[in-house]
Amino acid sequence: MNNLLVLPLIIPIITAVILVFLREQIVLQRIISLITMIFITIISALLLNMVQTEGIMRLDFSGWLPPFGILFVGDSFSILLVLTASIITSFCLLYAFSTIGSRHEKMFFYPFVLFLIAGVNGSFLTGDIFNLFVCFEVMLLASYVLVALGGKKRQLRESLKYVLINVVASWMFLIALAFLYGTVKTLNMAHIAVRVAEAGQDPLLTTVAILFLIVFSLKAGLLLFFWLPGSYSVPPTVVQALFASLLTKVGIYALIRTFTLMFPLNQDVTHTIIGVMAGITLIAGCMGALSGRDIYTIATYNVIIGVGFILIGLAVGTETALTGAIYYLIHDMLAKALLFLLVGMVFYVSGESVVKKMSGIIQNYPLFGWIYFLVMLALAGIPPLSGFMGKVLIGQGAIESGSYVLLALGFASSIIVLYSLLRIFLASFFGETTISYDFRKPIPKGAYLAFVLLALSIVSVGVGAESLAVYVKDAANTLMNPSIYIDAVLKG
Amino acid sequence: MKINDVILRTVVRGVVFIILTLGVYLFFSGHNAPGGGFIGGLVLGSGIVLLYITYDLETVHKRMPFDFKKVAGFGVLLATGSAIGAIFFDAPFLSQTDVYYTFPVLGEKHLTTVTIFEAGVALTVIGTLVTIILSISEDE
Repeated sequence: MNNLLVLPLIIPIITAVILVFLREQIVLQRIISLITMIFITIISALLLNMVQTEGIMRLDFSGWLPPFGILFVGDSFSILLVLTASIITSFCLLYAFSTIGSRHEKMFFYPFVLFLIAGVNGSFLTGDIFNLFVCFEVMLLASYVLVALGGKKRQLRESLKYVLINVVASWMFLIALAFLYGTVKTLNMAHIAVRVAEAGQDPLLTTVAILFLIVFSLKAGLLLFFWLPGSYSVPPTVVQALFASLLTKVGIYALIRTFTLMFPLNQDVTHTIIGVMAGITLIAGCMGALSGRDIYTIATYNVIIGVGFILIGLAVGTETALTGAIYYLIHDMLAKALLFLLVGMVFYVSGESVVKKMSGIIQNYPLFGWIYFLVMLALAGIPPLSGFMGKVLIGQGAIESGSYVLLALGFASSIIVLYSLLRIFLASFFGETTISYDFRKPIPKGAYLAFVLLALSIVSVGVGAESLAVYVKDAANTLMNPSIYIDAVLKG
Repeated sequence: MKINDVILRTVVRGVVFIILTLGVYLFFSGHNAPGGGFIGGLVLGSGIVLLYITYDLETVHKRMPFDFKKVAGFGVLLATGSAIGAIFFDAPFLSQTDVYYTFPVLGEKHLTTVTIFEAGVALTVIGTLVTIILSISEDE
């Protein structure tokens, strides 16, 4: 029992509700939401270190022992993601303070961001698959509001699409849960794993597993990403950054958890399908990124490429590949948040989103330009930045298991990522500026602070990969040996 | 044309009390029988919505000057507060406790902290329900 484990979920909910009462006090809302996120960052850092010394932690709500009650389980994998998500949200809030505008702030923007992060953290931490569904819904309901908030015509169109696709996905999630409960008679994730192992993963259970695969693929944007480019490009910049860095990653987390813990036995079928889907996602994402003419399209298709690349790690399924997938997941969350913040700022300073219509941004904003250059290198996987470690390890894992097609696709996609982002850099940042230095729109200080902090964390994740290795290796070890997780939940 | 709703007004004046009483009864019976915060809240909320339908917004607002968004917010605070309270007694999150206490006149009664949690749920349901109905009715 460790009550710290529930704080990343419950503290944002309580503060979000308190902020509802402080609707008009915007400054107070800003301070409280930032303090909340910093507090959660500290808590999750503490938890991460406690997991290393005490092993996997669990918290049985109101003392009901598993498999009967609902519980939160903290292992290195989930807490690493909670930590990363909290750090990113703190930085995004810094960006929001100076850019989001009082209209959003008065319409409960901060409470909904906090509800979103509560849902995200809950999804990472829960050890009960029905509770995972509930946390998904908390996160999605907040995201519906954040997509639609602002009330532009395009936003209405895209948010309708977004809501519809997610309602369908949630409906399928429920059906899959019903099938699962009907076959194994339990909802506790560790207990499901035990029951599935006892029964052997027969075709019926594999079908249920594939149903979960479809559901989580819709959420993660694996192959079924047709809804993603539209709905990720309409909301305000901060919301885009939060969505790109957090929402699809929750889907990826659920996929990795499902297919390493609960359904790891029939890898010939499930992991092959995941591999094929990851490959097609990479190809389609690259085509989208190459054909995109405006910065938003290119950035959203880069999200899709990232998803495909991380899931190569799961499809390959060796310990090295999973270590790489975790490294790359952390890197991708940080880098995509920064990329979307930068892209939004490009639109803000130039008033244009088409690549060819802008030029010479770097002449007016040197630091801004070089931070873009840095994130581009990180996404392409240039050492010593954060993307390098993940790419190398996933590649190494793919070679170990002989998945050369996925290996080739993965590394070809890195070149496409580099090319698509370099195109923006050359066309929009270099060249003669159209706006003279005196008439430029100043970039708010808060935005610069967010850029610099995110860039610093990208560099430190890359340079400090060695000190992160303890946590990441422990996380991958738990994923590879589900019995550690199961014993921690069901015994003791 | 003004609709003559004398019958509705007269009936509602009596019926609302029955509905609200039923709501409170359901709320308290929830501990060991069907009922509870959610159902009690729904019944109470529907009673309030019936008042809004029979009389106009201003009249009801004058007598019940609540912002129902804040009622819902207060409900969530109450529920999460009672859930998080357990942490301060070093018990697992969401733990509840109960006690039998003999009151001077009423005799021995069963007091539980779950009631606080359920009250939070009920307030949240009432607040959300009325807010939804009011925001649908406000813009034509």
